[in-house]
Amino acid sequence: MKKTGAQILLESLKLEGVDILFGYPGGAVLDIYNELFDFPIKHILVRHEQAAVHAADGYARATGRAGACLVTSGPGATNTVTGIATAYMDSIPVVIFSGQVPSALIGNDAFQEADIVGITRPCTKHNYLVKDVTQLARIIKEAFYIATTGRPGPVLVDIPKDILQAQADFHYPEKVKMRSYNPNYEGHHGQVAKAVKLIMKAEKPVVYAGGGVVLSNAAEELTEFSRLLNIPTTTTLMGLGGFPEDDDLALGMLGMHGTYRANMAVTHCDLLIAVGARFDDRVTGKLEHFAAGAKIIHIDIDPTSISKNVKVDVPIVGDVRDVLQKLIKSVAEEDIENFKKTLAPWNKEAAEWKATYPLAYKQKKGVIKPQYVVEKISELAGDDAIISTEVGQNQMWTAQYYKFKKPRTFLTSGGLGTMGYGFPAAIGAQAAYPDRLVIDIAGDGSIQMNIQELATVMQYRLPVKIAILNNHFLGMVRQWQELFYDKRYSSTCMQVQPDFVKLAEAYGAKGLRAKKHEDVEKVIKEAFATEGPVLMEFIVDQEEDVYPMVPAGKSISEMLLV
Amino acid sequence: MRHTISVLVENEFGVLSRISGLFSGRGFNIESLSVAETIDPETSRMTIVTRGNEQIIEQIKKQLNKLINVIKVVDHAMEQSVERELILVKVNAESEMRAEILRVVDIFRARVIDLTPKSYTIEMTGDEGKVTALVEMLRPMGIKEIARTGKIAMGRGAKGL
Ligand SMILES: Cc1ncc(C[n+]2csc(CCOP(=O)(O)OP(=O)(O)O)c2C)c(N)n1
Repeated sequence: MKKTGAQILLESLKLEGVDILFGYPGGAVLDIYNELFDFPIKHILVRHEQAAVHAADGYARATGRAGACLVTSGPGATNTVTGIATAYMDSIPVVIFSGQVPSALIGNDAFQEADIVGITRPCTKHNYLVKDVTQLARIIKEAFYIATTGRPGPVLVDIPKDILQAQADFHYPEKVKMRSYNPNYEGHHGQVAKAVKLIMKAEKPVVYAGGGVVLSNAAEELTEFSRLLNIPTTTTLMGLGGFPEDDDLALGMLGMHGTYRANMAVTHCDLLIAVGARFDDRVTGKLEHFAAGAKIIHIDIDPTSISKNVKVDVPIVGDVRDVLQKLIKSVAEEDIENFKKTLAPWNKEAAEWKATYPLAYKQKKGVIKPQYVVEKISELAGDDAIISTEVGQNQMWTAQYYKFKKPRTFLTSGGLGTMGYGFPAAIGAQAAYPDRLVIDIAGDGSIQMNIQELATVMQYRLPVKIAILNNHFLGMVRQWQELFYDKRYSSTCMQVQPDFVKLAEAYGAKGLRAKKHEDVEKVIKEAFATEGPVLMEFIVDQEEDVYPMVPAGKSISEMLLV
Repeated sequence: MRHTISVLVENEFGVLSRISGLFSGRGFNIESLSVAETIDPETSRMTIVTRGNEQIIEQIKKQLNKLINVIKVVDHAMEQSVERELILVKVNAESEMRAEILRVVDIFRARVIDLTPKSYTIEMTGDEGKVTALVEMLRPMGIKEIARTGKIAMGRGAKGL
């Protein structure tokens, strides 16, 4: 029996296992919405298309499955661009379906026409304009396959209205056949052997773990590997959750706002084992001084990541999980006990660094310190809670003070640094896991970038909790102005702000406010005990800074500590 | 260093802009680029001449390989290969110069493919050195227009791409 393009799309999504579609309707996708009306896929109507992509992205990060979203042509499609670029920078599998004007009108500056395939070419892993309804099912199959395999990433499928209305036989392909795309998962045995040799010779090794560990579901393997050999382990922002923060070997995050011990360990190590990390400039600081005396092993599924910024001694292209399994097997045949003995002085040094400058802040009487709020949330939320953040100080304090123990519990825009990401991402995670505690730790600036989504959480009864660390500033930018621009706070003071509690109430959500240190715990507990969405506002110390901090362009051992 | 890279791609909508966008977006330079269909109508072959240090060339090749529509990437600096370019030159040819120009054409084994009382249009293929030499020889006569295809290349020996 023939089906229309719109029907083929939804049937394909069902077969792909898509249970939730985040979207926003419009003229070009009316046919899809007409089918969705009584189709067994849940649709969540967001209030801005950017939020649809972030929500699909949050869903993907939390579940490990591709997120999907649907928008109309023109402005609907262009509104997704920030969300797509965010997912692209962090390698998140999201499939975006956009409506397009009818094929015959493409190129004519038709009403609500935008060349979204052209616009998103540099920020998608791949994209498609569907030109023939008989190709639609194959393209959808390929889109999900490309998004979720190899180094994951967003894929956009642009579908003209006439294709949605045209009919074709529906066969969803079982397999993908692409001669030009065959990602390699298996780490090369020879390279693994070389790596083992380097590891066994090391006296001061460090594991530097990135988002690839989380993406390839290798947190268990990583933990096993580091513990087997007693190797101190630092994670990037994207790697948080990939290694339990309460482990003795955990160095915490490294880089610009990394811990003293992580940055010192990387600076002084003789072997750096980079696992699913990409030597981002926020991590390395001045490149010439980054792990300057160390040999480097680099495990990554994407060959372009290897030797892009830093020349490595042993590259291993492959899935992080596969390679770690091989490494664990191979090192098990070596003299591990002796190796651990050799490492003892290095482990001691790391412990001393931890004791010298632990993460710390000065509590002032009565005043709420933002770090304290994060610590309290961490203490009260439980290991299964999912935390998202916005961007800025709120994000860095969360990375520093929240004790992540499990992968896929931390959702943050690392690569692009997108303010407005956290709340819709929390919505996506909450939609996937209605029974888990999901919290967006936010700044007062960022939250206003997608605050309209309060309506979405109310409509779908998604009990997301928001914790605004309100410093009345675009805090991170103000911090740079304070440190590097003579305290000239140009356009970073939020002189006018809504009453956030009333705003929450206007949407029908609960609003809570803490003004004093003593109120923090009470507010958090009340929020967590509330069934529906809650917005918490913490009036925090206005000019608190994030430390340690490595000034841009300096080497990561040159930290400002207070 | 200068590298000539052949790229076999799926002959799909937008593939050229994916390649050129990769170069511009990442700040790689393109000195020339030529594209046409291969014997298989589903694939095209591009020849790109680019420049960069070893690390950049390595990145260019990896990034090209990463594009979903790219089937194969070959760096001709890594193998013995033949390279050719086609040039068309329209040159002033007033009566007193005509014989001289024909002599040059003859020496270079080029051909005149269009002529008027005032001009010759000359066609020649050759490697880059030869093409440049022809241009230099004709320059004093007054070149009105040139068109070059950019380089295409192929590995020596019996093996295919
Ligand atoms: C969309 C977007 N615009 C601008 C920036 C630049 N930026 C980075 S951090 C920051 C301040 C964020 O302020 P706020 O959300 O209040 O968080 P705080 O740093 O105070 O915790 C800004 C403006 C950005 N990251 N994203």
